[in-house]
Amino acid sequence: MSKTSVHTTSLHTNGNGTGTTETKRLEVLKTYKIYIGGQFPRTESGRYYIPVNNEGKKLANVCLSSRKDFRNAVVAARAAFGGWSGRAAFNRSQILYRMAEMLEGRRMQFIDELMQQDASRAAAEKEVDLAVDRLIYYAGWCDKYQQLFSSVNPVASSHFNFSVPEPTGVVSIIAPQQDSLLGLISVISPVIAGGNTCVVLASESKPLCAVTFAEVLNSSDLPGGVVNILTGKPSELASWFVDHMDVNATIYCEKDTDIQRMMREKSALNLKRVFFYDQTDWTAAESQSPYFIFDTQEIKTTWHPVENIAGAGGGY
Amino acid sequence: MAVTKKKAAPKKSNTVKLKFDTSWNYAPAPESKSAATIHKQYDLFINGEWQKPSGKKYFDTINPATEEKLSEVAMANEADTNKAVTAARNAYEKVWKKMPAKERGKYIFRIARMIQEKARELAVIETLDGGKPIRESRDFDVPTAANHFFYYAGWADKLEYAFPNRQASPLGVAGQIIPWNFPLLMAAWKIAPALATGNTVVLKPAETTPLTALKLAEIIQEADLPPGVVNILTGAGETGASIVNHPGIDKIAFTGSTEVGKLIQRAIAGTNKKATLELGGKAANIIFEDAPIDQAVEGVINGIFFNQGHVCCAGSRLYVQESIAKQVIRKLKDRIETLIVGDPIDKNTDIGAINSKQQLDTIHKYLNIGKKEGAEMYESSCPLPRKGYFCRPTIFTNVAQSSRIAQEEIFGPVLAVLTFRTDDEVIEKANNSPYGLSAGVWTDKGSKIFNMTKRMRAGVVWANTFNKFDPSSPFGGYKESGFGREGGLHGLMPYINLTHQS
Repeated sequence: MSKTSVHTTSLHTNGNGTGTTETKRLEVLKTYKIYIGGQFPRTESGRYYIPVNNEGKKLANVCLSSRKDFRNAVVAARAAFGGWSGRAAFNRSQILYRMAEMLEGRRMQFIDELMQQDASRAAAEKEVDLAVDRLIYYAGWCDKYQQLFSSVNPVASSHFNFSVPEPTGVVSIIAPQQDSLLGLISVISPVIAGGNTCVVLASESKPLCAVTFAEVLNSSDLPGGVVNILTGKPSELASWFVDHMDVNATIYCEKDTDIQRMMREKSALNLKRVFFYDQTDWTAAESQSPYFIFDTQEIKTTWHPVENIAGAGGGY
Repeated sequence: MAVTKKKAAPKKSNTVKLKFDTSWNYAPAPESKSAATIHKQYDLFINGEWQKPSGKKYFDTINPATEEKLSEVAMANEADTNKAVTAARNAYEKVWKKMPAKERGKYIFRIARMIQEKARELAVIETLDGGKPIRESRDFDVPTAANHFFYYAGWADKLEYAFPNRQASPLGVAGQIIPWNFPLLMAAWKIAPALATGNTVVLKPAETTPLTALKLAEIIQEADLPPGVVNILTGAGETGASIVNHPGIDKIAFTGSTEVGKLIQRAIAGTNKKATLELGGKAANIIFEDAPIDQAVEGVINGIFFNQGHVCCAGSRLYVQESIAKQVIRKLKDRIETLIVGDPIDKNTDIGAINSKQQLDTIHKYLNIGKKEGAEMYESSCPLPRKGYFCRPTIFTNVAQSSRIAQEEIFGPVLAVLTFRTDDEVIEKANNSPYGLSAGVWTDKGSKIFNMTKRMRAGVVWANTFNKFDPSSPFGGYKESGFGREGGLHGLMPYINLTHQS
């Protein structure tokens, strides 16, 4: 599997440099698509861009997603929300665990792609390992955060009263530009562990792992539409991510203060919850916690009367 | 869901018709106003002192039940806001955040006790200034406000137990803007958790109902709370805007309309200010055919006519299952005939005065819209006082889901009645709203209750009850009803930063 050291200046990624006299096998290049509703279309706009690595090597013809792609993805995410949020928490946990299994199985492929995108082998290995572990971490939380964030409230009247977290709905996410795999997984996992669905824009300069990760999702029993992955430019799409009326929350992971201001302004349209994860080192221990799940949860409080006909002390 | 009816059976009402044609009347039972001291003029409460407004302007606050002037209060301008924020910042840095948490808690306990000691006075002032029935201000607003301070006082030195593996620290200075429907209670909801978590406060009560917040300032002074920890600025929208836009504010907590909430969200874009917004609502209240009908009718009445319907979580959209719609509507009409509309200070009054002329105009506008849109309007035949702002309890039937009276918040004693056949249909209709503050469901079947309460997208759901509140119970909305919770453990979160414990 050690095929990663040979790079040419073309789009070839898997070239083998051996054999000078035999007919050289032409390698099959991968088309990097986007992922909407469990399917892999190219962008409806027909546009593409070519990210390059530090050596100037072209990575791929990557979809330059449009506003329309985003809107399609929101439709898919909304359609998937009822089913996904209605699944047993245990089942969501199993699916996140399955995602980790599938990611582990493609470990070398992700290391390869990270290295094409300028990571050293050691850094790439570390990132993939952490990404798998992060999925396992949130797989474990799926059926536990509810107990952490719920309460039974001792109201003074004769009522049974309790508060539980519920997913907020459809979340739009602009993933971290660095840590293109680990960052992506770190922001998606708590959102879907909590029963939300999402539309995520991959790292603009390092988009390869996000698309390959979509293939992991597609083979992990994750229902189509729960995670939708677009590639393209935050500068072009950020405003659509935050002003769509059927999106409930937006997560933005960069420090660009102009975009942050714009996002908070536009979020007022339908009072989206907005989160800026701009201080986070995604390799650090603090970059995973149930409080990330809590961000995209709503607290619902339910009241019901308690019958009191026996009078004081009559219940026991 | 349809009930099969026997054709031959003669129509028989299972309701004993209430008799209204007797000569029975309640004698007037006004609460004494002697318990209440209202000064002729109020200044601004800044840094523990009463300070004259920089602009030297005062505005009247009136009794909406009589249109008589009660007092005049200072109009705070930007310079006053500046002074208040500076006082709050000093108090935060030099006193409040350094104080041992248990001492902080004891101050809050002390405020709670003093509210209880002055409960009658606060209730009378609340009713005079806002128009709500004395029964409600006496039995609900004031005791719940005191309880809220009690509840959060105890949290002050226990925050390390609230958020596992996290260290809670205060945000700094909180700017708090509250509405006119529960003036003292909303002040308590805002101030108590802010102080318990170590923040200091600049609070602006609503323009039409400043008096109980100013009474609370007197209590805070009497409680010897360090100067500047709580500052109270009276004024109108501009005063509120000056608080929202002040660079020295770390957090905005706002309760009010969704429209203003959105303005605030835009105004704080580009700053590090955090926000809690508790905004409008259009709660669906659902009655299934197996519900205990009389209890449900009482709950619906309480849901929409409590506090003249000036309640953001009011059950203003009633969904009745078709098979019982006729019966429920008849009972509702009978019941609103028995509601006593009139002098809020009278202990028999069920429905007091509409808070302001402006709000009464808004309600009338919606009554006209409802009629124009083709709904049938039914209002109580009760007489209204000649002076003051009053509105009869009103029910619209044959309301369309798309009708504005079924979609928009009216904030008055106006109920829109719609019908449904199936569970799925009513969930679809109930959730078809930009709001998501509260909801209600009435049924005798436990599994149906949990199905409904789970599927309704709202922050507070009442099953077989409505409009219940408690300091330990988190309150707040989904969707355009805002974000953040007030009350309970969850109500601490909007006032703290959480950092990883090392």
